[in-house]
Amino acid sequence: MCRSMGLGNEVQKILSWTSVCGNLVLHLVWLILHLIINVWYSVLGIAHMVENTLISCGLLKSYNAVNISKVRYLAVVIDSEEARETSKVLELLCWLASIGVKSICLYDREGVLKKSQTTIIEGLNKSQKAIVEGSDHGTLVEHVDLEFVSFADSKPAVAKAANLLFAKHYASTKPEEPKFTESDMSEALQAVGYGGPEPDLLFVYGPVRCHMGFPAWRIRYTEIVHMGTLKSMEFGSLIKAIRKFTKVQQNYGQ
Amino acid sequence: MEGVNGKKVGHLFENISSFVRQCIFSVLSVGPVPSHIAFIMDGNRRYSKKQNLIDGNGHRAGFSALINMLKYCYELGVKYVTVYAFSIDNFKRRPEEVVSLMKLMQEKIDELTKEESIVNHLGIRIYFQGNLKLLSDHVRSAAERAMVKTSGNSKAVLSICVAYTSTDEIVHAVQESCEEKWDEIRKLDANNDGGNLVRLEENVKDKDEHRIGVINVDRHMYMSVCPDPDIIIRTSGAARLSNFLLWQSAHCLLYSPAALWPEIGLRHLIWVILDFQRNYLYLKEKKKQS
Repeated sequence: MCRSMGLGNEVQKILSWTSVCGNLVLHLVWLILHLIINVWYSVLGIAHMVENTLISCGLLKSYNAVNISKVRYLAVVIDSEEARETSKVLELLCWLASIGVKSICLYDREGVLKKSQTTIIEGLNKSQKAIVEGSDHGTLVEHVDLEFVSFADSKPAVAKAANLLFAKHYASTKPEEPKFTESDMSEALQAVGYGGPEPDLLFVYGPVRCHMGFPAWRIRYTEIVHMGTLKSMEFGSLIKAIRKFTKVQQNYGQ
Repeated sequence: MEGVNGKKVGHLFENISSFVRQCIFSVLSVGPVPSHIAFIMDGNRRYSKKQNLIDGNGHRAGFSALINMLKYCYELGVKYVTVYAFSIDNFKRRPEEVVSLMKLMQEKIDELTKEESIVNHLGIRIYFQGNLKLLSDHVRSAAERAMVKTSGNSKAVLSICVAYTSTDEIVHAVQESCEEKWDEIRKLDANNDGGNLVRLEENVKDKDEHRIGVINVDRHMYMSVCPDPDIIIRTSGAARLSNFLLWQSAHCLLYSPAALWPEIGLRHLIWVILDFQRNYLYLKEKKKQS
């Protein structure tokens, strides 16, 4: 009996040792896989940088004519930490203005951009004035409309609109059950001050492609493009993204 | 004889694939696995044209792709899967196409809820999310039957968004929130003094505690039965959400592979899971801050 107990213990030890080794192997394979992925993304990053430089220099002829009129309203979503770099935000806006974008909605979740809106607007006006003054041929610089938006314009705005609809339709004895429509909701959002236009195109500046809570009511059919982090932004990638957008065809579900 | 051999080879191939898949999933499971993945199944009609199939067979191929993806997700340990099966906007398509899609949907719903189907085998509870009143009686009854039949399953959840758009979902949630508040106020006033009309109006307009908050609207969303999605995958390379889970996708990784929906495979799922794991800490931090 002692021998069989000893054998049982040995088997358990072997199984436990095998399980630990198995786990180590799995962890190692997982780490190697992620290392390969990171190397791949680094190589891709270098390739994009080269392409963007060529686009910026005008060497890739196919990117020289971009039909900007298709972008009627552009949204730019920036990670709130990165949005604190006001100089980078200004540089991005100047690039967009130089391409010909006329209306831009700037969003960051925490409202960092809203807090610095005066600085940003003044900075943009100054740089556009400098372009006009510095040019030989009396360059006309189009005014850029800026809208500053944060999470407060998103879900909380819908709650405010809900309260308006409640007060409007449930204030009396409610003779018949009101039936809200999407138009009612749009009007209510407009009435409480959160009724901006729907962007055609949305650029995400952050580590991940996600819209970070941009007002849901306004991005039904918006093309969402990940541009990388704000600190690594490039002019060429703006041109590339806008050109790609101009080639998109939407069926709107049909 | 050849048929039997063919079946044996097929069976063997399936077993080997399953074993390889289990090995891959064991490796992936070392890192964080998303709890909720959503799919926008785009590209069935283009697939049909590309493969010269009869109209409608693209959607059938899409259904097979869906079953495979469900199998992979649930094997990996993803508890919630949501699919965008039919948008309210899709009702604007040609009537013949809408009728054919509805017939296919009913057929597949009935297939899914058979005893031997993958749904019961994996213990999946099905929800149909959307404005179901817009569906024909047959499809709506089939959907309701499926929800009842699978209500006892608890290992995983499949949400099928049909007659759904996010904006419709928001309006519905706002309406339900208003109805809930109205009932609350009426009960309160009935308890206090038998329901004075003037006081009722004052309550509606003034009191902060009667104001509808984000939490009320959240609770009445069709998708409140699931946590917010971790990943939304839209096939065919389109970069938009087309009115799908707009409310729920604030911190959701968006992935748009170029493959058409019937062409989606395990390699796409593996790729997006690895991407999710690379960005997990950032996404988790952002979710915590919200």
